[in-house]
Amino acid sequence: MIVSRSSSNPPSYPPLSRKIVNYVMLSLTGLCTLLVVSVLLTILVYLLWNGVHALNLNFFTKLPAPVGQSGGGVSNAIIGTLKLLALASSIGVPIGLLGGIYLSEFAGGWSAFTVRYTTDLLNGVPSVVMGIFVYTLVVLPMHHFSTLAGGIALGIMMIPIALRSTEDFLRAVPRSLREGGLALGASKSETIFTIVIPAAIYGIITGIMLDVARVAGETAPLLFTAFGNQFDSSGWLQPTSSLPVVIYNYAISPYDEWHQQAWAAGFVLLSGLLVVSIVARVILARGKKLSHG
Amino acid sequence: MANAALSTPGVPMQSRGLEKKQTWLERLRKGDEVVHLITLAGAWSIIVITGLLVQHLWVYSAIARHTFGWRFLFTSTWDPVNGLFGAWPFVYGTIVTSILALVIAIPIGLGTAIFLAELAPRKVSDALTFLVELLAAVPSVIYGLVGIFLLIPILTTAMPYFQKVFGWLPIFSGTFYGVSYFSAAVILAIMVVPFIVSISREVLLAVPVSQREAMMALGATKWDVTWRAVVPYARQGIMGSIFLALARALGETMAVTMVIGNVAQVSTSLLAPGYTIAAVIANEFTEATGDLYLHALIELGLVLFAVTMIINALARLLMLTMKGHEVTG
Repeated sequence: MIVSRSSSNPPSYPPLSRKIVNYVMLSLTGLCTLLVVSVLLTILVYLLWNGVHALNLNFFTKLPAPVGQSGGGVSNAIIGTLKLLALASSIGVPIGLLGGIYLSEFAGGWSAFTVRYTTDLLNGVPSVVMGIFVYTLVVLPMHHFSTLAGGIALGIMMIPIALRSTEDFLRAVPRSLREGGLALGASKSETIFTIVIPAAIYGIITGIMLDVARVAGETAPLLFTAFGNQFDSSGWLQPTSSLPVVIYNYAISPYDEWHQQAWAAGFVLLSGLLVVSIVARVILARGKKLSHG
Repeated sequence: MANAALSTPGVPMQSRGLEKKQTWLERLRKGDEVVHLITLAGAWSIIVITGLLVQHLWVYSAIARHTFGWRFLFTSTWDPVNGLFGAWPFVYGTIVTSILALVIAIPIGLGTAIFLAELAPRKVSDALTFLVELLAAVPSVIYGLVGIFLLIPILTTAMPYFQKVFGWLPIFSGTFYGVSYFSAAVILAIMVVPFIVSISREVLLAVPVSQREAMMALGATKWDVTWRAVVPYARQGIMGSIFLALARALGETMAVTMVIGNVAQVSTSLLAPGYTIAAVIANEFTEATGDLYLHALIELGLVLFAVTMIINALARLLMLTMKGHEVTG
């Protein structure tokens, strides 16, 4: 259809005007690329520059200091973020893995369609709406904000990506491997757990790491679930501070010391995310090399 | 269910007919059915969670829905003290910032995708795409941070010169305080460009070489080939990427909240401060006193949810028809 339209109107051999249009438009696309890359690099460099300058040892070890007092840190937010991510993973990863195995190995017909469609739906839910949902689900019945609520919010947000990446990597395992397992007399479940999953394990781990990195920076759902805390949060039922929320609260505050802390927190969060993303890609590359060589 | 358990891609079809069909109990004993049921439970819990989400948004916005009806969306008085809730300033702000962000992001993103797919050497293209995709992983709160301390000062410096030329237009009139629809749209554009670039590039790269060669053989220039043969072929995928970007822009919370100014008013000028649906939820949710206030905010969440769902569905539909097109054509 498209082919016929473009070939029904063949441009005659290029006159000068066409050549000019050609050069102008092609340079414009080059300029667009330059613009995008330079804007993105500026953001990265600006953040890293400011972050490094605001960073010191106190930042990692001390609790937040009152306004006007220097030397405070955000140790509680770092621990809070780690706790939230641990809780989120313990919810999101098992459900995502099971769902992914189901879709790739067992599902067929309407059940698979429904699960896949719902997962896409869940993936598209704006993060602030997820915050509202967990607020009504956990915070309202418990009458207070908690680490638990924040972890559940992030955990639900992890499910769709964990599921889709698991499914994709399991599907990429060659059919011949499965047939080999079954031909040796292994049951279907034995084949899945001893052949198919091990063959895809690097990909699955990569997917989960990237998933954790994605929710680690989520702020909106934490505002009304984990809330925030000036102090350490013990256990799972108290509100807790977290790096993204600290960045937000400090950035919109009028105080210079807090702005510095926001930069430092942004630097720590972003470098953590970038390291995880890059390590995940390295694992995937090595996994590919192992399974091909 | 028994059928579904047997018909994997891995099992050759005739093996089913040859051996004696196992009973459900036999499969249960061998573990297959157990694994099937456990994974099924995991998969269906997603349906349960999503169902709960819709149900909770619906139930917890009931008071606001019954009190205001459709007026909720189209009246402009947001007065929590007197219990009057009209969401038009937020709806307006959300639409304006998202559309403006797309107006900025689409040409730039598409241009970049064309350059990366058609012109750049493969290695350069891959390296730049890696960078762009890495930046899609930067959390929105960090974009907000950069927005406050880098973008707003730059815009504030540049705006007087800009207004000297374009200030007579109603959309660029008035005093510029830094926080505005425009600042929010610029940040949103920066955030959605990576989506448009990486998806559109994939789609453009997937266009068959024959499509290009056919056009080239007719004596077309490189640009003609790209613009008349390659881009039209990939247009559904590109539209899909734009819809995904739109859904992301509509639901984006933190970065927008930090640079839009959070003033519940409707202004023609893009340089005036405003508010969006996601921003008002983020700002006022924890302070909402009284059921009506809370339900009004949750109704805003419901609206946001419904709209992003529809746009995501459209995007997916476009991508699906494109895939079908690739297979059949």
